[in-house]
Amino acid sequence: MIDLLLTRYNYVAVVLLLGIGTYMLIENSNLVKKVIGMNVFQTGIFLFFITAAYVEGANPPIVGHGGHGGPYVSPLPHVLILTAIVVGVSLTAVALALVVRIYAEYGTLDEDVLREVRADE
Amino acid sequence: MSDVPALLVAVPILAGVVALLVGQWRARAAWAVAALASAVQVGMAGLLAARVLGGETVSYEVGNFPAPYGIELVVDGLSASVVLLVAVVAFGVLLYSRVAGPREPSFHAQYLLLVAGLSGMSVTGDVFNLYVFLEITGLAAYALVASGESGRAAVGALKYLLVGTVGASLYLLGVGYAFIVTGTLNMADMAAKLGAEVAYTHPAVLTAFALIVTGLAVKSAVFPLHTWQPEAYASAPDSVSAFISALVSTVSAYAIARMIVSVFTVEFFRANPVAQDLVVGIAGLSVVAGSVLAVTQTEVKRMLAYSSVSQFGLVVAAFAIATETAVTGGTIHLIGHAVMKGGLFLAVGAVAAATGARYVSEYRGLASRRPFLAGAVAVLALAMVGVPPAVGFVGKWYIALAAVESESWFIAVVILSSTLLTLAYFARLVERMYFASAPTAAAEPAEPTGPVPDAAVADGSGEAAASERPGTPDRVTPGVVTLVIGVAVLAVALGFVATEFAQLLQQTLPELLSP
Repeated sequence: MIDLLLTRYNYVAVVLLLGIGTYMLIENSNLVKKVIGMNVFQTGIFLFFITAAYVEGANPPIVGHGGHGGPYVSPLPHVLILTAIVVGVSLTAVALALVVRIYAEYGTLDEDVLREVRADE
Repeated sequence: MSDVPALLVAVPILAGVVALLVGQWRARAAWAVAALASAVQVGMAGLLAARVLGGETVSYEVGNFPAPYGIELVVDGLSASVVLLVAVVAFGVLLYSRVAGPREPSFHAQYLLLVAGLSGMSVTGDVFNLYVFLEITGLAAYALVASGESGRAAVGALKYLLVGTVGASLYLLGVGYAFIVTGTLNMADMAAKLGAEVAYTHPAVLTAFALIVTGLAVKSAVFPLHTWQPEAYASAPDSVSAFISALVSTVSAYAIARMIVSVFTVEFFRANPVAQDLVVGIAGLSVVAGSVLAVTQTEVKRMLAYSSVSQFGLVVAAFAIATETAVTGGTIHLIGHAVMKGGLFLAVGAVAAATGARYVSEYRGLASRRPFLAGAVAVLALAMVGVPPAVGFVGKWYIALAAVESESWFIAVVILSSTLLTLAYFARLVERMYFASAPTAAAEPAEPTGPVPDAAVADGSGEAAASERPGTPDRVTPGVVTLVIGVAVLAVALGFVATEFAQLLQQTLPELLSP
């Protein structure tokens, strides 16, 4: 078991990131920190894709300039993750815009205070 | 003609940009652009459906990169039905939004973006492309929910965004697992490789299935992953909640069906009966829990939102049973639910605009004040319960039949009890409208929960209160009443054509369901 964890330490790191992200999303009452938690969670998944594409001793998938030959790192996950990062950035932007509006409306970023204010509405 | 699948996505996106630009010049023109694009969308989807429902499959290679390396758009009977549904409902709600608002050009741009995302999710044949369209749909939906004027809408939208993003991310993680074991992203190719090269009981395949279904279940609001949904629906403007409730969860449920039926296939369930039992079990739980929660609501829009949780449980259960009858029933119920629930949200929005009534208690005696609107609400509610010959009955009938055929007695019992529970919360509404007298000056106070403005209840006429109520700036035009009645008639009429549709669908299904 220890052996497995040591040889797959990259996956352990991904799982840790996912855990931290989820914990921040659930436990933090500050809305901005929640958004950051969402970001950490997504980043964990991005790294999962990239680490899965890694091949020991392989060359970058760039042909030309003499050509390396031999095994290449799979380029597809990297391309996919570029797309996913763009999606993540737009989500963060929308989330932060909403946080700004909530602050303008209620004057607080704390979820617990927000709940109290809204209960009085 | 062969470009139609790509145009279904491209036209709304381009029109959205045009609407935004034209809106800078004249705000009202944005609506015209959106309406034109929506009408074109209906035409294209109709053309495609007419061609595909005979059993043919249309495939389009994006950028001429051949599948499985390039992105492939695939349209079969199932996806064509969903695309047509998206186009028609989007057009209908757009007509309604002309009266009910919001009217900013940015609203119409987002609206068209949502149509593009939903159409893309329906026609794509690539699992990663599905993730991208899922997020486009999500982004547009979050922004649309937030387009309400109150701070409440912003809070609802942020909650929706955080939960929705986690759902989509889980789906992406599942795609990652599936990609690692198969090395492909094309749905058909992945299905073939899962069958031939990888064992269905491989841990990575099981993990991929669990993550993908969980992620999409968050998006279609299956209990206990529905928590974002009631607040998002209740706080959004009326036209938005009608549109989102009718389509966003529907297309996500379609995506679950696509993943179960076309990617993991029935063979996966045969190899892992536990996975099937789990999905069916959770879906069944969702049916009961959604109904029970709906009964306890006082706000009508929240009640309808919880009702969706229950109905999507039924649809997902049908897709998980995965026999021909079950998938037919699931598809009919999916489409029927979209028409009925969208119609109900439109009707409820019109009632709120006309009388200010937003709580169940405020519906007292509505039938005598607004006979047409009350009639439409009643017809749609009864259709939802599953009174024949409405479309709600046909869908449930097929699902119940499939449950009995495949001896899933649990689901058979759940369908029967859910029908009773559905009746329980809709009967409350119908009873208030038809059998309770209209409120007078000495009316008893409204139900204590929730901020019920006393003026609307105690005022008697209710009319005067409407103009003072924030968020309902408009009166109801005859056009809106006609639209709502039209949807009610459609919900009943669809029940008659549903058997024909089932026969058309069954020309597509055997191919999908047989390995």
